[in-house]
Formats: sequence, C-alpha cells, structure tokens
Amino acid sequence: MTRHVVASVAEIPSGGRKIVTVKGREIGIFRIGDDFHGLINRCPHQGAPLCTGEIVSRLVAPMPGDYRLTRPGEMIRCPWHCWEFDIRTGQSLCDPNSVQARAFDVAVEAGKTLVDGPFVAELVQVSVEETYVVVTL
Amino acid sequence: MVNFPAGRPPPGAIDCDIHPAVPSTRALLPYLDDYWREHILRRGLEQENLEASSYPANAAINGRPDWRLPSGPPGSSLAAMQTHLLDRLRPSYAICNVIHGAQVMLSEDLSAALCRAINNWIRAEWLDRDPRLRASIVVPPHSAELAVEEIERLAHDRRFVQVLLLSMAELPLGRRQNWPIYRAAAEHGLPIGIHAGSSFRHPPSAGGWPSYYLEDYVSQSQGFQASVNSLVSEGVFVKFPDLKVVLIESGVTWLPASLWRLDKTWRGVRAEVPWLEEQPTETVRRHVRLTLQPFDAPPAEPQLKKLLEQLGSDRMLLFSSDYPHWHYDGDDALPSGLPAELMQKICVENPLETYSRLTPADIKETPR
Repeated sequence: MTRHVVASVAEIPSGGRKIVTVKGREIGIFRIGDDFHGLINRCPHQGAPLCTGEIVSRLVAPMPGDYRLTRPGEMIRCPWHCWEFDIRTGQSLCDPNSVQARAFDVAVEAGKTLVDGPFVAELVQVSVEETYVVVTL
Repeated sequence: MVNFPAGRPPPGAIDCDIHPAVPSTRALLPYLDDYWREHILRRGLEQENLEASSYPANAAINGRPDWRLPSGPPGSSLAAMQTHLLDRLRPSYAICNVIHGAQVMLSEDLSAALCRAINNWIRAEWLDRDPRLRASIVVPPHSAELAVEEIERLAHDRRFVQVLLLSMAELPLGRRQNWPIYRAAAEHGLPIGIHAGSSFRHPPSAGGWPSYYLEDYVSQSQGFQASVNSLVSEGVFVKFPDLKVVLIESGVTWLPASLWRLDKTWRGVRAEVPWLEEQPTETVRRHVRLTLQPFDAPPAEPQLKKLLEQLGSDRMLLFSSDYPHWHYDGDDALPSGLPAELMQKICVENPLETYSRLTPADIKETPR
C-alpha cells in the first residue's frame, strides 16, 4: 500500500469532486463538508464512469406521500442507469447487500507531514503550507 | 404421507375459488331493502340477469358439460355443487366468489344495494346451508366509502373471509382513493381478492378494444400486471403491511417476467417511489397470492419446474377448482406436472396462511 497525494484541499470545494488516476485506476475524490471520500470511477452494474454522475440527496419516505430529503449531496447517481450509491461507503441503494462500488481510504494531511514521506506525489506539487488529499492504494 | 391420485387434491384441501351464480335478479328481490326492491321493479331490472361474465353464455369454458343444470346458469344450484364438487373432492372449505353486474354498475348506490343483496343471499342460501362454504364480501368497487360500509356490516361474520374486487376498475387499484377499502380489509384480517374481470370503463387490452373473445380473454393478464404494478408502486403494502392480495383466475406464468421488469426499472427510478425500499419482487412474494385454475401451464413439465423456480416462493399458489368453469375433467382439479411435495402447501398450508379467518382446527375429512 502506498500513499498518493491526489489533490490539494483547496482545489476541491465542499460538494465538489475531482477524478484522479492512481496506479491506473480512475478514482473520484468527493468532498462533503470537510470530509473527503474516494470511489472507483466504474459502476459495478455495467462499468459506466460512476463518479461523473449527478451528486444527489437520499430521498426517502417512511410512508407513501411522506417525502423526506435526507443526506443532501451524499449520494452519487450513475450517469447511465441512475442507480444511486452512497458516496461515503459505495453502497448501492437498490441492492445494498450485493451491489457496491469500491471505496478507497482517503485522508487529509498537512503538507509538512507529507514532506517527511513516504508518499507519492505524481499529480500534485506539495508545499509545506498547504493541506492535501491522500489516497492509500 | 397418504397417497392420493395425481391431479386430485388431498382431502382437507381448501378450494379458494368457486362461483355460485345468482340464478336471476328475481332471486335477489327478497334480499334487497324496500327502496331498492321497488327501484329495481320500476325499472324492470329484475328481467335482466345482470350477469357480468365476460364469457359468451354458451362458451364451453363457462360451464363444464356434466355440470350444466337443467335450468339456470351453471353454478346456481347448491345441491348440484355439492354433488359435483364438495362431496367428491371433499374440501375442508370452499370460498364463494360471486361475479355479478353489481360490481360494474355506474350508479354507486345501485351497485351498493345489489352488493348488499348478493351478500345477504350468499349468506342465507349458501353459507347457512353448507358448513364447508366461505365467501368473499362483494363490494361496490367504485365507491370506497360504500365498500367500507359493506365490509363493516359483514366483518363480524367470520364466514366472510375476503373482500372481492375486479382487476380492471375505473382506476388502477393501488390509487389512494381505494385505500379505505384496504384499511378496512386489513383491520378485519380480510385479504383482498382480485378476480379477473373489468368494469369495462377501459378496454381490457392496453392497446384498445379487441375484436375477438380470444384477445379479450388473454388480455386479462395485462389487467393483473397493471394491478400488481399499481398496488406495489403506490405503496399499498408499505401502508398496510398486513394486507394480503389474492389474484384469482389470473394465470401464473406472466408474473415472473413482469416482476423482472419491475425490479429492473425500479433500480433506476427508485427515488420516484422512495417508500419502496426493497426490490418489488420481495414485496410481491410476501403479499401476493395466486389461485391455480385456470392454470396457464407451459407445454412441457421441465418448463413448469423452471417456472416454479422463477416464482421464487412456494407460498404463493393456492388451490382452486374455479367450479363450475371447465378447466379439468373428472376430479383432477390439480393441473398435471406440479411436484408432489408442493401439494400440501398449495392445497392446505398456503390457503391457511393467506386466509387468517380459516382455522386448521376445523379441517377434518367430511364423510361422503
């Protein structure tokens, strides 16, 4: 496992995303508030670029007609067949026990820590003053 | 386990669909209240038989040749039914489903009055005269308010075990206007029986009015698909988690493919019906049952086996003879090719699980 610096925190605003390639894998980096999450950019259904889909909420209704918008901005909807996935876990809504998108371990690290290594910064120039998004893969 | 001849249901089986026929509208006159009796006589409606069968009267399927009566429509004589069916197959119970023009009337009040009369008639002339008989409550389907009144009037009599609707009414069955009916049924432990048939406000085919009886008959399964889709999508089973629905004379083979399509599409449009949190197939397996006759069996037994696998549950099929309609000869009321290990479930266990008002303690072999 290697730690890869994939973005600076400043370049992904809350609600935003960045698609990066690490070890040949496309990974969507999503920011929800101050949390960062990584999902493989490949829908487990038929291989669509999942992370390019619309970022949506989780719409629920405990009873017909009792509509509730929950977890705004925490779901990604596949651009091909509209299956919904939890950005935090990769779990699908339509078949949570058997359909799941691979999620990656994403952390935020201070540039100062990263300078001490070990890490791979193919994508990003690291400076000690900033903070960075790091994927372990 | 006792062996019984193939095709013949085991003693103690529960026949979930038989059709007593109202012999004529005149027969209902004593069971109408004064107002509606006079209304019917003034209009001369007693001269019409108000029969709602979509079969042509002489169609062979409408009555088995050896079950036809010297006078009156097939199924209109209790004594004949006892000879033809009850004393031969010896079911522990048989559930009477009356199909009648009362269920398709445009006037909600006349519809309700005739439904009351039919329920009074079935109680006095059938249920009171043979302890094996049970009945569905016939209701005016286009008025939820009046339908609920009729359910409430009769629910105390536990020989009424179900509420009867037709698959094609004025509105898709799942619509919220109908929910008072489902609420009342669920509260009283009554499944909703959905029988093949139409109020004929719309063509039985989704594409328009058919030219021939063949098309009309085969298109009935579209009505059932629409009913299942509507009940599931509108969230009836989320709202009424104890409700069971029995599709009567629906056939069976169309269901797996219809559910595959429902599941597949739901995955992409789930957010439109957010109350559906599980695959529709799972909901249907829990809440929906189907009577056996007329069974639209595939041509070969291996295909039937495959179909039962696709159905994915051994709890869904309920034995029915569909007396007096002609689907079998002799006493072979069970379609051939069904696995022997399913018989007890289809004939006894599944009906008991579906109809909570039937108690297994009552099941004993009736002496011939």
